[in-house]
Amino acid sequence: MPPAPLKLLLKVSGSGAIMRRYFVVNGFDGALTLLGLLMGFHISDSPDLQVVITSCLATTLALGVSGVSSAYISEAAERRSSLAELERAMVSDLKESHHARAAFWIPWLVALTNGSAPFLIGLVIIVPLWLARGGVPMPADPLLLAMGTALVVIFSLGVFLGRIGGIFWFWSGLQALAVALATLGLIRLLG
Amino acid sequence: MASVRHLTLDVLKPHQPNALEFAQALAGLGPGYEVRVRVTEVDEHTETLLVTIDGEALDFERINEAIEANGGSLHSIDEVVVHSE
Repeated sequence: MPPAPLKLLLKVSGSGAIMRRYFVVNGFDGALTLLGLLMGFHISDSPDLQVVITSCLATTLALGVSGVSSAYISEAAERRSSLAELERAMVSDLKESHHARAAFWIPWLVALTNGSAPFLIGLVIIVPLWLARGGVPMPADPLLLAMGTALVVIFSLGVFLGRIGGIFWFWSGLQALAVALATLGLIRLLG
Repeated sequence: MASVRHLTLDVLKPHQPNALEFAQALAGLGPGYEVRVRVTEVDEHTETLLVTIDGEALDFERINEAIEANGGSLHSIDEVVVHSE
């Protein structure tokens, strides 16, 4: 039996929407975490850019690893449980089926999606810091530019969710942005 | 040498892949395979199908493998037409 195409595995496991949800949820977590970190540096006294970059990179990496491991552990358990339930209903062993292949591969795919979202989004957010560190002239404080990038990413994730949910994209983008701005406000109050 | 021209199978399968995708998977096994699927019973996790397949030379082993690959289980062979050549 040839290996089943990914599309088929997603279909039989009903995982397409789950992966999309994981990507957005953990991507939002990643963007908001980095935004908070950047805000913390911004209200501190003259942080060294290399320290900021290293901290952001370490946080991004930790979010990625956390995303992969947590999603894999929970998804693998869920998939095993679902497969066992289906086998009981079918009164047969499904180990040669696409369902069994999906139960093995889908947790990895979901985990990679869950981990890559905050990692990739984090890398995008710290691009202005890298550019500034590399000597590229910046039109404003690189920390503020990185925070602006994070806000744009968060707004975009909100827009993406709005389009999925069939609600006005600008409104859902604003909702996500409002959460980010409220977070910044709280950090400013605490700082 | 005899070739199988027609099969009627009683199959139990999970809801996914659905009946259309299941029929397409079986029809893709060989040229000229004509597949009809009728859902006769639906439960919480499974559905029972009456599958009829027509063709010049049906490969039963491959059909059974495809049914199992799609999570199905062959309960019985209800009708067969075999042509002697």
